[in-house]
Amino acid sequence: MSGSITITIDGKEVTAQPGQTIMEAADGAGIYIPRLCAHQDLVPHGSCRVCTVRVNGRPQAACTQPVAPNMDVESETPEMLNVRKSMVEMLYVEGSHFCPFCERSGDCELQAMAYRLGVASPRYPFMYPRRKVDASHPEILVDHNRCILCGRCVRASRDIDGKHVFDFVQRGPHKEVGVNAKSGLGGTNAAVTDKILEVCPVGAILRKGVGFKVPVGQRTYDHAPIGTDIEKQGTTSE
Amino acid sequence: MSETLGAVIGQICEAFGNDRTRMMDIVRAVQERFGGVSSDAMDLIAAAVGCRRVEVEGVVTFYAFYSEKPKGKVVIRLCNDVVDRLMGYEEVLEAFEAELGLKNGETTADGAITLETTPCIGMCDQAPAAMINDVVVTELSTDKVRRIVRGLKEHGDPRRLITRLGDGVNAHDLVQSEVQNNLRRGGPVIFADYEPGVGLRKALAMSPQEVIREVKVSRLRGRGGAGFPTGMKWEFTRGAAGEEKVVVCNADEGEPGTFKDRVVLTERAAMLFEGMVVAGYAIGAREGILYLRGEYAYLYGYLQKVLMDLRAKGWLGEGVGGKPGFDFDIRIQLGAGAYVCGEETALLSSCEGTRGDPKNRPPFPAQKGYLGKPTTVNNVETYCCVTRVMEQGAGWFAQLGSKGSPGTKLLSVGGDCRSPGVYELEFGVTLAEVLRLVGAEDAIAVQVGGPSGQMVGPEAYSRTICYDDLATGGAIVVFGPQRNVLDVVREYLEFFVEESCGYCTPCRVGNVLLKERIDRILAGKGEPADLDYLKDLGESVKIASRCGLGQTSPNPVLSTLRNFRSVYNALVKAEKRGYQAGFDLAAAVSEAEGITGRKSVHAH
Repeated sequence: MSGSITITIDGKEVTAQPGQTIMEAADGAGIYIPRLCAHQDLVPHGSCRVCTVRVNGRPQAACTQPVAPNMDVESETPEMLNVRKSMVEMLYVEGSHFCPFCERSGDCELQAMAYRLGVASPRYPFMYPRRKVDASHPEILVDHNRCILCGRCVRASRDIDGKHVFDFVQRGPHKEVGVNAKSGLGGTNAAVTDKILEVCPVGAILRKGVGFKVPVGQRTYDHAPIGTDIEKQGTTSE
Repeated sequence: MSETLGAVIGQICEAFGNDRTRMMDIVRAVQERFGGVSSDAMDLIAAAVGCRRVEVEGVVTFYAFYSEKPKGKVVIRLCNDVVDRLMGYEEVLEAFEAELGLKNGETTADGAITLETTPCIGMCDQAPAAMINDVVVTELSTDKVRRIVRGLKEHGDPRRLITRLGDGVNAHDLVQSEVQNNLRRGGPVIFADYEPGVGLRKALAMSPQEVIREVKVSRLRGRGGAGFPTGMKWEFTRGAAGEEKVVVCNADEGEPGTFKDRVVLTERAAMLFEGMVVAGYAIGAREGILYLRGEYAYLYGYLQKVLMDLRAKGWLGEGVGGKPGFDFDIRIQLGAGAYVCGEETALLSSCEGTRGDPKNRPPFPAQKGYLGKPTTVNNVETYCCVTRVMEQGAGWFAQLGSKGSPGTKLLSVGGDCRSPGVYELEFGVTLAEVLRLVGAEDAIAVQVGGPSGQMVGPEAYSRTICYDDLATGGAIVVFGPQRNVLDVVREYLEFFVEESCGYCTPCRVGNVLLKERIDRILAGKGEPADLDYLKDLGESVKIASRCGLGQTSPNPVLSTLRNFRSVYNALVKAEKRGYQAGFDLAAAVSEAEGITGRKSVHAH
């Protein structure tokens, strides 16, 4: 194809189109680079840093870095694996993630990522934060204790739902997802059919009145690790 | 009341054209008028400028100088930097608390005075120091605190607290500050005699491309720390697609221990602006912005006056210097207490009226910067160098300094030394020579480049200050024999925890974790394995962080692990019975004890 770019990912040659990110090129080639804040329907955010790779020796986020000729990308190296596990473990200890109690267990991308990367228990001490639970909306529950600040809901509400009901407030370790109404989500025009429910990777934004509809054992990541779909895509297109 | 609020906010927003990109100025004005930006105020601002309320909340809660909760009419912000701590910060804080009858973070019952602490305000050479609203008070003692509080209770006017004026422009009618320049040694580039306009006239006699070539030939590199070649940056910006280009000056020096830009802004403001005009001519810009850190707001009025004088001379405005078609002007954007805004893309976010989050790169500012326009961002010192390069020629400049680092460097030296202040020295000077000049021959450790730089010991004193060896944006903090470097590390980590924007995981969480483990070691509960833990954690934060803040915030830990290993080794010990020394059984079961109403037999 004219104008295409060839890069290597862990020694494997990958053909990419100008304007693609490293992650998009990798996905197209059936190479899964772990990620949490990135989502195929949303603009890249580059905040979770789980997709960190080395590009010609320099650390970059695969979800935001555009491809360029002669890029040599290191992804599945022991160093990058350690960094990725570190990011996932940080997200675990920063919030409160009690998987057995959580409606999203089995469908949760953070949990699935921990399994995929082999995180048995975080190496860091738990912070046990006490964050708020916003039940002000009649149909949607927001539990900030489970939020990993990936910003998917912020982007989905702003760019897809066209409502901009969320945005970030505070800074540093106090940073949180804020709501565009003093009274909580119930004071906004958020609807249960909005994209925000679909994109939340964890159990922070949940539909009220529905619990364990899909039994444990039949959930998204119960049979195959996260990323398997992308890895399969690559093999079928070849 | 709410009608008044609505009317005033309406006026404020209108004064800034109901332009949401001027959010920093709007929020600042509302904060000044009402002591805080209430929930109702957020709604009103959002309605006036046409944005979401949560976006206003995002800005108000991002910057340390803004708040939702109303603060006192007078806000005392005592600097809690490491150097201030060396110079008696604790006693001064206690004195403020005692005199005001409140604790740090509180407001007097009558709503008159709030007491807070704040990171480095750029006064390390005259520490302990504080800001009282925009007024800076220096060399604080318990006696001086008593006088200040008595004065504030009597008349409530911070400006009336100033009884003696500082040297040079600090005594100017529009500054009226007690701040001293402490310019200990001037050099040939910045603090040599300066005749305004000479460099600009020479620049305007050349073509913009020739100006860029001249800057390239001078081999001038950015003085902010990263050292990117200035001429190359200008060339990229000039060549980038986009009709409108922008010149931005980063005057947000927030690196703990840095204060050299303060002295440049005070004594060489015209030289700085002249350099910005040269940059504007070279890259083809009409618009310039000086991003001035909120801590230097006491210079705002004076800097505006300098800009007015330049307009009167025809060096700003339409047809600058009589050059038809070259229209260029500069506005000052005040920051509001956020170290991360010294990162150039975060600075641009702030100029655009949003949270000071760094942006994803690429695109770089030279391609898409302020409001999407190709933008060149340089440091205060860099623009002054440009003015001198134009005046004296590239060849003259390039022969100063060392081979890879031409010119001079301004160093802000503070801490345990006899002559803290600003030194303009040629690149290539050894650290030992710097320590001799400042009177600190007995230093046990020197923080070069501030906390984001590195902590070195005596074995490194023969090394040189330059881009290829000990690189620095200008902060040199000296520690004498009586200091424990781990206490310093702890304070710097505390700083990074508070100043992280929180955008990316490693910086938001990792710095908290680094500090937790240093605290544990300092409490005598560290184990040998904690040193490997710190190294692994620090390196993950460096590798994975999105901007320069997180990429350098583990440096205090990593450089002391390397250079001061024995200090760590003396504090960590293996638990003899093989237990985890850091695990506190009594603390772990205390909550359960409270619930059950009985004491654990094992924990006590």
